[in-house]
Amino acid sequence: MTYLLNNLDTAWALTVIHLRLSLIPVVLGLLIAVPIGALVQRTTALRRLTTVTASIVFTIPSLALFVVLPLIIPTRILDEANVIVALTLYTTALLVRAVPEALDAVPEPVRDAATAIGYRPLTRMLKVDLPLAIPVLVASLRVVAVTNISMVSVGSVIGIGGLGTWFTEGYQSNKSDQIVAGIIAIFVLAIVIDTLIMLAGKAMTPWARAQRTLEAA
Amino acid sequence: MNFLEQALSFIFTAANWVGPAGLGARIAEHLQYTFIAVVFSVLIAVPIGMLIGHTGRGTFLVVTGVNALRALPTLGVLLLGVLLWGLGLVPPTVALMLLGIPPLLAGTYSGIANVDRAVVDAARSMGMTEARIMLRVETPNALPLILGGLRTATLQIIATATVAAYASLGGLGRYLIDGIKMRQFHIALVGALMVTALALILDAAMAFAVWASMPGSGRLRKFGRMPQPLLDDEIALESGSVGASQRGSRSTSRSSLKARHERGDPSPTVEG
Repeated sequence: MTYLLNNLDTAWALTVIHLRLSLIPVVLGLLIAVPIGALVQRTTALRRLTTVTASIVFTIPSLALFVVLPLIIPTRILDEANVIVALTLYTTALLVRAVPEALDAVPEPVRDAATAIGYRPLTRMLKVDLPLAIPVLVASLRVVAVTNISMVSVGSVIGIGGLGTWFTEGYQSNKSDQIVAGIIAIFVLAIVIDTLIMLAGKAMTPWARAQRTLEAA
Repeated sequence: MNFLEQALSFIFTAANWVGPAGLGARIAEHLQYTFIAVVFSVLIAVPIGMLIGHTGRGTFLVVTGVNALRALPTLGVLLLGVLLWGLGLVPPTVALMLLGIPPLLAGTYSGIANVDRAVVDAARSMGMTEARIMLRVETPNALPLILGGLRTATLQIIATATVAAYASLGGLGRYLIDGIKMRQFHIALVGALMVTALALILDAAMAFAVWASMPGSGRLRKFGRMPQPLLDDEIALESGSVGASQRGSRSTSRSSLKARHERGDPSPTVEG
């Protein structure tokens, strides 16, 4: 604990790297997965293909992917871009399965009603289906964000920056307080990001809150 | 692609598979770490998930616990464990359990909690004790979700068991970490490829288990033992009239069944 307080500057610098490495992939993954997920939701064959591909990608261990990726794309093994591409792949793999499931959760009568009052398919998707899918989507996003934060910290064993470097440094110099400081910092970081995404999801779905107060009353 | 060729030729050289530091031994170590961590995760997560799912009490605990455990960094816990308890199997097991418990707990809890209430009430009105409902009615129905959790847990653990090598332990992570340390990237690639292959094979096996466990599909029957047939056997045995109709044998056996299990089983609820 004291180590953390004595090294707040370093902690902050490492946190920035850590967040950059773990959250840029979440944003990129979301941008890729939402259109794909929305496109394949209604086509059974395509959806199954996407699900299977995504599961296989997700099965590749992260440390392994950090090492294998430079062979496929022109990045260096310890490059930040390498980590971002790898984690974007995981995020996309997880979200591309979650998006159709989230869209499935939209009640059919609502969809029909939207069509009946004259929504075109694209506008309906953007204005009716996707907003209603937010609660389920947010749940997956939280898992992805926290998982990425943890994956980046594991990456420090192969020399990737971020708060995980406190683990490797602390282990090599036999300083358990540095490791504890790292654990606390990453734990707090993960909880904060998790809570922020949850709150953002709540802010984006005001109708859910209204419904809850209605049910409680 | 040069690295890949070197790595593949390393893997396909028989001499690299034998000996205490050969691929065979490393795979065995890797599976050992994975297996121990998965078993302990199951022992902790499944009973807790079942109790909370069955009683509906402590749901908050599941949500908070799952999130908190996920947020704890595996590597930090592993290395701290090594500094505190020294080398051995305890630090990697504890660290890997952090990855295994959340999906198992979430899967078991939601599997049990989402069993159709009508089914549970029917079992209760037939006179089954709470423990019996949990084991014989809710668990088979929740099995796909529980096994789904087990699948995720195993996958995460087998992928991350590579970090054990960082704490001077064995496993396939040795190739990965030594390879990078010595700048021999084809060795690192060997580790990466082997871990990926191992993960893919185990995951396929687990996917099959989830598929086979779908309730009502009868897919598990082909493999013999299943909770449901066992229950029928017991009812038939206790009623003593195998030839009687199903409905008749159930109603006659109900009181004796209930009494027997009220005596035999410990507390059916979690209040104690």
